[in-house]
Parts: sequence; C-alpha cells; structure tokens
Amino acid sequence: MDFVCPVAPVARLIEEFHKLPGIGPKSAQRLTYYLLRMPEAQARALAEAIQAVKERVILCSVCQNITDVDPCAICDGQERDKTKICVVEEPLDIMALERTRAYNGLYHVLHGVISPMDGIGPEELKIGELLARLKNGEVQEVILATNPNLEGEATAMYLQRLMGPLGIQLTRLARGLSVGGDLEYADEITLARALEGRQEF
Amino acid sequence: MSAGKVYKTEAVVLKGMGLGEADRILTLYTPNYGKFRAVAKGVRRPKSKLGGHVEPLTHSVMMLARGRNLDIITQSQTLDSFLSLRNDLWQMSCAIYAAELVERFSAEHAENYGIFRLLVETLRRLSEPSPSGLVLRYFEIRLLDFLGYRPELRECVVCRASIRPTANLFSASGGGVLCPLCQVKEAVFRDLSLDALKVLRFMQDEDYSMVAKVRLQADLSVELEYLLREYICYLLEREVKSATFMDSLRKEKRPQQDRVAAT
Repeated sequence: MDFVCPVAPVARLIEEFHKLPGIGPKSAQRLTYYLLRMPEAQARALAEAIQAVKERVILCSVCQNITDVDPCAICDGQERDKTKICVVEEPLDIMALERTRAYNGLYHVLHGVISPMDGIGPEELKIGELLARLKNGEVQEVILATNPNLEGEATAMYLQRLMGPLGIQLTRLARGLSVGGDLEYADEITLARALEGRQEF
Repeated sequence: MSAGKVYKTEAVVLKGMGLGEADRILTLYTPNYGKFRAVAKGVRRPKSKLGGHVEPLTHSVMMLARGRNLDIITQSQTLDSFLSLRNDLWQMSCAIYAAELVERFSAEHAENYGIFRLLVETLRRLSEPSPSGLVLRYFEIRLLDFLGYRPELRECVVCRASIRPTANLFSASGGGVLCPLCQVKEAVFRDLSLDALKVLRFMQDEDYSMVAKVRLQADLSVELEYLLREYICYLLEREVKSATFMDSLRKEKRPQQDRVAAT
C-alpha cells in the first residue's frame, strides 16, 4: 500500500486484515473503517470470538476434527456406528458429509492431501493417528473420501497400500457423474471412473 | 504470447493451486509459449464443465482469453488423460516427478518444443503396462540436453583427455565425466562405474525404442538414478520434492503388481 494511515492502531488493523486470504488492501481498509464506526460492544464481541476460536478450539485426539471438547461429539456419540471410519481431507468435508444425514459412522481428518510436488508427503498428514485407531479391531470398514482429483487419488492409493494388509474392508466414495450434469460435457477421467463403478440397476 | 484476445494452444497441466472459493491457477506447459500460469474459473465446483479437463498431468488443447494478469482458460479438450497413470501410485509418482522437473527447470514463457514433446512422450510411456525401468532416466538425459546441460561423457571435463574404459568419476559441478587423475580438481564428484557410463552414453545417442530394450540390474539402476539426481539437484540448487516421495514409496512394501527395477 502506498499511503499508510498515520494513526497507528488503524494502520495496524488494516495490516492484520490484509494478511487474511482474499482480503486486499482496499478490503482491509473498508473493514477497518467499518469497525471504527461499529458499536464498541459489537467490535469487542468480534475480538472475543477470534480469541475463543484460538483458545478453545482444539483437534479431537481421536479423529483430528476441530472441536471444543475432546473427544469430539461424533467420536463420543453413542448412536454412531463405530465400525466405520470415513477418511476426509479437511474438517469442512465432515460438515458437508454430515449435512447429507446419510452416514452414521465415524470420521478421520487427514488435514491435507499427499502432494509430492509441493513436498507434502504422508508424514505431514494425520495418517499415523488413523492407523492407531485401526489396531483395536473394532473398525470393519474404512471409507476413503478424499477428493476425486490427482492428489486425492494419490492419497487414497497410498492409504490403500498401507491398510491393505490389515484385512479391513476398504471402500472409496463413488466417483462419476454429478447430478444435473450432462454426459456430453463430462471429461474422460470422470466417465471412465463412472463406467468402472457402475452397479446393478 | 499471441496478439489476439483469444488464442488456442496445446498444453500439459503441470500443477494446480486453489484460488479463492472455486477457481484454480494452473501451471501449463505448451509447445509454443513454454511454461505459464492461467486461471480456470469455477472448476472446484462439482458441476463445472471445465473441471475434469484441467486436472494435472492432462494433455489437452485449450482456448484462452487474454487477461490483465493471468490469462483465463475458456475451453479445454482433452487429448490424453493418461488414465492408467492415475490408477497406479508408482507410475503416478513418476509422472509427477517428470512434471516437477519440467516446472522447476523452465523459465516462464521460454519456448522449448523439444521439452514439450519429451514430456508428452514420457507421460504416455509411463501409462503403458509395464513401462521400462529407464523411462525416467531417458527423460532426465534428454531434458538436460534440451536445457543445455548435456553432460560431457567423452572427455574429462578438466583435462580434456579421452575417457578410458575403466571406472571414472562423474562431476555435477564439472558437468560430466572426470578422469581418475583429476579427482581433486572438481568440487562435486562421485564414482562412475564403466557400465553406468556406457548406459549414459547409450541413452544420449539412441532413440527411446532402443533404450527401452535394455534391462538393468538393480544396483546399476540405482547408481544411475542417484547420479542423475545429484546432477539435477546441483543444477536446480535444491532437492526435487517428488523424488522424496518416490523414495518413501520404495521403502514400504510394494504390492505384487509393481515392477522390480527402480524406474
């Protein structure tokens, strides 16, 4: 930014907003000036909410999901099916899957995906924690729900290699055509996978 | 870059990076414009028509529109998605390695048609059933050629004497073979067996169809791999990240359908 506001606290807040993803210098300025005009109680509530998130949100020691209680509500839930674990890349994926209400098992968050070119290997992900959960013999099925892109597939194949010998049923979320989509526009990879995964109708 | 507002180009997607909520910035490698980045808008949404056509390691024909910063991909038609690569973890890692080398070595907008063809051919070879163990070594030797880093394999890089048919040394800092007498005169060097020298020369001189027929013993494969890796890391002044992943894959138990020789 060319012009820095001479009022130090304002300049500092603009700089902090600017660090957030998708917030450029103009947005940072707009947010700051909006906050200046906001009632103090509201601004304080925002500051406290930010603090609370950092202080009270932790990772569930079992499934690595974000939570404020350990173990998280899902891992602890009595009505959940403890024989299934659905492995996802990020906590937001759990939110998406839970919205379907079609799954009653447990989850595991890897916090990333294998991306060799970016130097992200298995050691950077929560894979060890997943393997530890499979030791007690309770889990019968592991559902691989990483994204259907190159890195997601690499991660799924890597996990398959690791977990193959354990004798647990390994399944992969169906990959194929989107509802509302058109066969004509679908790409080759999607179509091939949709054909591979075809089922009795 | 083309003068018109919209242009067409063949491209291999080297890598992608998420941008905002639904977009991706792709690094493309093209025959005429070299390496450059472009935006694929909305591809992370499930209903995107463009989405699957711009996956990394896809060879396509694309239409792009000139943008202020980055050009925007408007259409993409897949020529080859190298499907079998995507179903095999080892082959996929090899392909990612090849893409990473092209990405790291190429300056933006530097046209190099030889490298483009080499990359496409290498991806194709890796997606064949049971590819030769030398696909990546051949790729590396040819890539170094196209980049102007062709290793000197006939004369000692220090004293210029003809190399004799015995054990010699290879020097990354010297860019080629060192005779045993000149060992201390280069900063970086390693042992080079006579067999390894012969294979390197063979790969420099012959077509891939000839190289593919060669069957190497495991320790010769390994020698070649580490020699070329050291040279490449010296030139790049950094490690090749996907090579680290390939190493970790090899350390773990391989399932029965994998090949025996190191690729």
